[in-house]
Amino acid sequence: MTGRARVFGGDVNTDYIITSRRKRESLDPQVLRRYLFEELDADFAASVEPGDLIVAGKNFGCGSAMEVAVTAVVGAGIPGVLAPSFSRTYYRNAVNNGLLPVVCDTSGIHEGDRLTVLRGEGLAVRNETTGETIAAAALPRIMWEIVAAGGLVPYFRRHGDFQV
Amino acid sequence: MAGKTISEKILSAKSGEDARAGDVVVCRVDCALATDGSAPMALDYFEAMGGQRVSDPRRIVFALDHYAPAPSRNTAQLHQRMREFAALHGVTLFEVGEGIGHQLIVESGRAIPGSLVLGADSHSVTYGALNAFATGIGSSDLAAIMIAGRIWLRVPESIKVTLTGRLPVGVYPKDVALALAGLLGADGATYQALEFAGPAVRDLDLEDRLVLANFAVEMGAKNAIFPADDRTYAYLDGRAAAPFAAVAPDAGAHYCREISLALDSLAPQVALPHQVDRVTGIANAAGTAVQMVYLGTCTGGRVRDFHQARDVLRAAGGIARGVQLVVTPASRTVLETLMRDGTLADFIAWGAVVGTPGCGSCCGTCGAIPGDGVNVISTANRNFKGRMGNGQAAIYLASPASCAAAAARGAIADPREVMP
Repeated sequence: MTGRARVFGGDVNTDYIITSRRKRESLDPQVLRRYLFEELDADFAASVEPGDLIVAGKNFGCGSAMEVAVTAVVGAGIPGVLAPSFSRTYYRNAVNNGLLPVVCDTSGIHEGDRLTVLRGEGLAVRNETTGETIAAAALPRIMWEIVAAGGLVPYFRRHGDFQV
Repeated sequence: MAGKTISEKILSAKSGEDARAGDVVVCRVDCALATDGSAPMALDYFEAMGGQRVSDPRRIVFALDHYAPAPSRNTAQLHQRMREFAALHGVTLFEVGEGIGHQLIVESGRAIPGSLVLGADSHSVTYGALNAFATGIGSSDLAAIMIAGRIWLRVPESIKVTLTGRLPVGVYPKDVALALAGLLGADGATYQALEFAGPAVRDLDLEDRLVLANFAVEMGAKNAIFPADDRTYAYLDGRAAAPFAAVAPDAGAHYCREISLALDSLAPQVALPHQVDRVTGIANAAGTAVQMVYLGTCTGGRVRDFHQARDVLRAAGGIARGVQLVVTPASRTVLETLMRDGTLADFIAWGAVVGTPGCGSCCGTCGAIPGDGVNVISTANRNFKGRMGNGQAAIYLASPASCAAAAARGAIADPREVMP
């Protein structure tokens, strides 16, 4: 997975990702993606490209557990979010919707840096722009299988239950 | 092998594995709740996953509580969709006016020691008061549970919270919850369990434990869990939906952190706008004018809470001019109890507005909404900007007695001064 870094600060709550005002109008990710991060960066939705990676500070996705804060990100073609920590409900919802949550130190990543997420025994992030490689926490097997399948929907369509 | 925490023991039993903190296990779910805030999306996921039937409808509960009664055509249609699905699949549905889903899970005896009870709502942590493993999940999780009866869970590390001493007069469990939030911070327990222990636990009524467990998510905790004792058994007597066995921590269980709180040294607390962990002694906010007082929610909407508020208002002789007091019982059973014992008549005589049992004004989805510039003091658990439906209002969080003291004075006050 390679993409361009789109950098945000710490404690980005789910209302900053997609405001509850928009959630009342529609639950459709293709509609909601037009309003992604509008409170933080009014130009984000227009400039986002499929493959872009969100890079944030600590406690990403805090606040409400609303799953649209993940589906709107996925709807914009973003395959992963990098942060030193996530709120637990955002992390859960990300895995279940095929959005890769990468727990790593993001302090050295700048807007526009080209990043590659490497999957081996663990996870690592190579910053192609600076040449730096950042270690990341590995995903436990079942979480990885759900993310790799594209989320719980394709996972369940294939298996009908959890495979353990 | 080291001993296990309560959470590790329950998740071991539910997964059939030797579950340790940090492991990810797939567990059989005893009961799962969806509200009108989360069920509609869960039904979309259910269909997308190819769901044909609910594998065990007795384990699924729907509650119509966030939009009670439905304030718009859209929300009325969400209710219709949930009713149709529940009838088709045999899922239990609590109707508008029955109350808050979390309270109904507890009242109906579905949360019992050793059980795994989940809810597609963050305040599902409440059931940990009954020695159950309880946490909030997403709508997609709920759909998977409806299809397969199972969920993946990461086993949390546990923080041991030891409570000592007795609560002084005028200080309540909500003050303990606020003090803990101030101590740990809003993300101080992220991914972790709060396991309550210590000599003060046995003095806490079951309703008091519900307040503390409910608040755990405001510190980022995955769950909160209490030991089971005679008060747990007394509450569940004639109520428990199934036989159960108490789960105690092993000697030598590993805790990632241990904190203790001396209840006898606590004063009434208040969380200042707009963060749950901006907590201070109520003396530091005394005199702040309030125009709206809210008594209700899954934190502070039970019989005990209304009695504590009534005692303060009775001593003060009622509500100050210019204050709107909104009373929303957590369930119809709570409402009926308050009717029978005269509490409701007192509130109405003092000029309170009584709302439909449910989530009410807590998250601005229905019920009374504060105006611009209005200061609200509430028994709820969240005071984020805009939480009650207006970003131009400011929300303070406090105990029912402190909220009643503010209603009596028209300004934030120490309840011990209002009711000496």
